[in-house]
Amino acid sequence: MKLIKVMLMSVCLLAQSAIAETDVQKGQKLAFDRKKGNCLACHIVKGGTLMGTAGPPLVAMKARFPKREVLFEQVSDARTKNIKTMMPPFGTHQILSKQEIELVVTWLYTL
Amino acid sequence: MKSTLLSLLLKTTKLTLCLIVCAMGLASAQATDNKYQKMVDNDIKRFSQFFYNKFADVKPEDFKDGVYAIDAPAREQWLEIEEFPPYELSIDDGKELFETPFANGKSYADCFANGGVGIRQNYPHFDSKLKEVITLELAINRCRANNGEKPLKYKKGPIADISAYMASTSRGQVFDVRVPNADAYAAYMDGKKFFYSKRGQLNLACVDCHVGITGQRLRADIPGPALGQVTGFPVYRAKWEEIGTLHRRYAGCNTNVRAKPFKAQSVVYRNLEYFQTLMSQGLAVNGPSSRK
Repeated sequence: MKLIKVMLMSVCLLAQSAIAETDVQKGQKLAFDRKKGNCLACHIVKGGTLMGTAGPPLVAMKARFPKREVLFEQVSDARTKNIKTMMPPFGTHQILSKQEIELVVTWLYTL
Repeated sequence: MKSTLLSLLLKTTKLTLCLIVCAMGLASAQATDNKYQKMVDNDIKRFSQFFYNKFADVKPEDFKDGVYAIDAPAREQWLEIEEFPPYELSIDDGKELFETPFANGKSYADCFANGGVGIRQNYPHFDSKLKEVITLELAINRCRANNGEKPLKYKKGPIADISAYMASTSRGQVFDVRVPNADAYAAYMDGKKFFYSKRGQLNLACVDCHVGITGQRLRADIPGPALGQVTGFPVYRAKWEEIGTLHRRYAGCNTNVRAKPFKAQSVVYRNLEYFQTLMSQGLAVNGPSSRK
């Protein structure tokens, strides 16, 4: 009986922590997911491992992109700013949805 | 009498004119040949110079080693692997396949110049009659077809073994691929266009990774320089745990950028191979080779 209680409690705790996942955490998850953002392929990022060097390091995002919509567009379609970019157009090519890009942007602002 | 003389004179003039026109035709044909080769030579010069500038410490002849020309720690490991190469069995198997006669008594040696030995550097070549690029693997299967044998699959297995053996007999020979005429130039341009075109959901072109950011890291890997990218094929790839052909690698690369790959030995990939091999003119055959 006691065991069941403990098990139930831990299930509740797990569920709670899942719910409690912040937008920042969700954004980071999307960013680090190889099938989604896969940002680490090209960018050096706080908290990453085996990071690529093809793109600029993702630091001081607030200072570099004071306007949220500019940063959103940079992820969504970097060609807007630089036609020669090799960064995949995550929004235009539907690699990430609008909501997913919003989450990634929220996370980017913590860097 | 007068009229015969006149007609004779006319005839001679006609003949002379005809000869002159013919000669001019030949000369202009030759001049155009040179024109196409010259344009390609100019591309080759600019293309290779880009890499010589970017990797000033690398000896030009070392670009045949692919990414191992520009990544010193990886090169050390690679050289160790090459001491007991994982593709050795493929060469042996390929030799046996190559030397086994077809049902009609003929063999591969009958299909190729110099009995198929030491000729890898001449592939792919442009067949001016058929107006298409002939890769080594295509030639192997055409040889089979001409001798009543079933074609081999193009990405791995026996065809990669035979290709590996044929490359092994050509090691050290310098690639010598030509662009003889307008049709060949069109095939070259088609391959060139493919190389520079964005592709797939990730919107990446060959040039992005293998020219633009070669030397940089993508995760833990460094994309190899496009100069010398094809000289070592077929390759034993650790990821494949076996030997595979260049077109297998092309398909894998296209899949990685989330594009639909083309078929091995499709005109598209053959033209790409033609362009890539032309860009690596002057480098030595070092296939088969091993890759991560």
